[in-house]
Amino acid sequence: MTTLTAEPVEAKVAAKPKTLFSRTPVLTDHITNYCPGCSHGIVQRLIAETIDELGVAGKTIGVSPVGCSVLACEFYSCDMAQAAHGRAPAVATGIKRAHPDNVVFTYQGDGDLASIGMAETVHAATRGEKITVVFINNAIYGMTGGQMAPTSLPGQVTQTSPYGRDVKAVGYPIRVCELLSTLDGVAFAQRVMVDTPKSVRAAKKAIRKAFEYQIEGAGYTIIEVLATCPTNWGLSPTKAFAWMRDNMLPYYPLGVYKDIKAELAAASADAADKGGE
Amino acid sequence: MSEKVLMKGNEALAEAAIRAGCRHFFGYPITPQTEVAAYMAKRMPKIGGTYLQAESEVAAINMVYGASAAGARVMTSSSSPGVSLKMEGISYMIGANLPAVIINVQRGGPGLGGIQPSQADYWMATRAMGHGDGHIIVFAPSTVQEMADLVAKAFDLGDKYRIPVMILADGLLGQMMEPVILPEPIDQENLADKDWALTGHQDQRKHNTISSLFLEPQELENDILKRRERYLIIEQAEPMAQVEYMDDAEVAVVAFGAASRIARSAVNKARANGVKVGLVRPVTLWPFPKDILSAVGDKVKALLCVEFSTGQMIEDVRLAVHDKVPVSFFGHTGGIVPTPDEVVVAIERMVAGEQFHILPFKSRLTGGAS
Amino acid sequence: MADLQIMLAGFGGQGILFAGKLIAYSGLIDGRELSWLPSYGPEMRGGTANCSVCLSDAPIGSPLVVDPDILIAMNVPSFNRFVEAVKPGGIILVDSTIADVCCMRDDVQFYRVPATQLSEEHNLQTLANVILVGRLLKLTEFTCASSLDTAIDKSVSAKRIDLVNFNKQAWRLGYEFTDLKECG
Repeated sequence: MTTLTAEPVEAKVAAKPKTLFSRTPVLTDHITNYCPGCSHGIVQRLIAETIDELGVAGKTIGVSPVGCSVLACEFYSCDMAQAAHGRAPAVATGIKRAHPDNVVFTYQGDGDLASIGMAETVHAATRGEKITVVFINNAIYGMTGGQMAPTSLPGQVTQTSPYGRDVKAVGYPIRVCELLSTLDGVAFAQRVMVDTPKSVRAAKKAIRKAFEYQIEGAGYTIIEVLATCPTNWGLSPTKAFAWMRDNMLPYYPLGVYKDIKAELAAASADAADKGGE
Repeated sequence: MSEKVLMKGNEALAEAAIRAGCRHFFGYPITPQTEVAAYMAKRMPKIGGTYLQAESEVAAINMVYGASAAGARVMTSSSSPGVSLKMEGISYMIGANLPAVIINVQRGGPGLGGIQPSQADYWMATRAMGHGDGHIIVFAPSTVQEMADLVAKAFDLGDKYRIPVMILADGLLGQMMEPVILPEPIDQENLADKDWALTGHQDQRKHNTISSLFLEPQELENDILKRRERYLIIEQAEPMAQVEYMDDAEVAVVAFGAASRIARSAVNKARANGVKVGLVRPVTLWPFPKDILSAVGDKVKALLCVEFSTGQMIEDVRLAVHDKVPVSFFGHTGGIVPTPDEVVVAIERMVAGEQFHILPFKSRLTGGAS
Repeated sequence: MADLQIMLAGFGGQGILFAGKLIAYSGLIDGRELSWLPSYGPEMRGGTANCSVCLSDAPIGSPLVVDPDILIAMNVPSFNRFVEAVKPGGIILVDSTIADVCCMRDDVQFYRVPATQLSEEHNLQTLANVILVGRLLKLTEFTCASSLDTAIDKSVSAKRIDLVNFNKQAWRLGYEFTDLKECG
């Protein structure tokens, strides 16, 4: 699990305490109010590391809308706006249009992004708003206590689907990356997860890429993170990750769904090949 | 000074907004405010501003929230059913202390209603512009000139008090043309710095947060009470009303916006018949010019409210005069504009000592006829 | 000059609003108080259109003309709708090419102008509205020739200098027209 190596006991006595892990600067020292084992902490740290590594904390503005996401307002020491449920893409649009040179990200859950805020999501995407959306898909409403989400799986038991999600009655879960990837305004869309150090590193890379695309002005960027909600799923953190892999991964395959720079590169390579014929 | 030009109310308002430093407009099409959006769509790209047609009223007001949070002078415009949709965002803006100018070119409601002039959103604007314990400033222009003048004032007061401001117009004022002298463009450099705005801290200051969320009840109460202090200052400093023909008046008509135009014609006709009638026109609907109304109430024997509704502002008038004098009502609703002659009849009945609440449905007289 | 409340009415597309705008603009040029209020409805083309114009030396109260001093009617439904509303002593002008009507009221001045026919004869198609404005000028002197010309300059895009001239020609045609007062 860990990449840290144990230090010899004698070295510990002799040397000064060594910092192995610390808060990345753009995070505040606010104590987390997320539940134990929740994925939010990991993902928010990845965003924070990205901001710090890109050196853009001073020009970043984050938007956190209703849901557990809203708490993110407290955790970042860049400028932050709290937004109404589902409206983060619209708020981010207003901010970005006022300050085109700033870096603007939203941090949204599945109910927020894919249910009440679907119109705002789709239209910000199709306009190619130069913002980065980090989308936490944990297949449930967390803050209100575990109700069915637009991404809850067929048959999934929640407080408001006590007999399991009946797709005949309430329809099917929405695959956001797939749906948005059909829109021309989307520059980058990738689905990742954060269950192992390896997947966390991959998620970090994706988030960084999305921020870089935004800074380059490529268009709308979205990273969908498959996440867990141990509290509302009623599972321990490790069992929650296992459930996520067993149940969510087949329905929500990881991968890059849109990458216009890669597409352009491929197209020009293709053209070069043909030119050489 | 600018020359007098002939412009539609909606267009004069839009141009005045630009001259007041508005560089961001987010809206959604709806009759009868379309000219505002169309004007902005034409002008904004030429002056480096933003015109964006949002996917919905809900999105539009949240874009306004974002641009305002970012420190911009920003405006949106709609008509009654669309303003209902904007309520959510306006409530959040009240809670987050964000200024913006919201135009409501009213049409008949409830529901889809109609597209003709109405004043039936008085309660919505002055009482319940979204959930929670809050207010917005509401201006009621009555001429094309005022459409232009008040929008400039709206931006200033919005920034001064960090509060959303509504221009409550109607289809009649929006669509009509009158001569107007447009205000001189302001110098953007002279606008006060918004140190609370989200601009990116540039490593120069502590980070700013724009939020209306307070999970601790005590914190929320403190925040609301702090805002209430500001409301009390606004209620002291900002009420506006125009009072005319009061020197010899024995009775007075109270009307705002386009209804005051009809009332003016009626008052002129009645005075020509020898009736000593005054005219009071609230310009701010919140804060309501209570003291001005109260003083008028002390001078006259009776008051008559004229509105394009079944009677909404009349409640504020009665509160302002503490029912010391009888307050009657005459109005049409649903998009029908009363005629001056109808109002003259109502004035004559008031003078004759009647107290009434007339809605011309089957010409029936209802309420406390004496 | 007298206060005037003018109602212009006809089909959408006949230039009702434009004719009203010319009258309003001339008031602006003359430094008078004025208002111009269109009827607005869901119909974009071909529906009925009407327009209230008030000219006064005092601030305008209601901009909505209920009992006009002057009615310009460019079709039969508009004539029928507003004929009884005209103030006693008022003026009614009809485009008799389109509205071939008689006025039964003897307390108003009634003028038939075959404006559409005139416009066609003089190659001024679509300017029947402006011909009627010229006739109104002759009858009421609501403004002067130079103000009306300036109103045209202000109301017609400068890019369409041909249209500016046609408009100026059209109102003069109406101004000089001798009325056919008898009913056809």
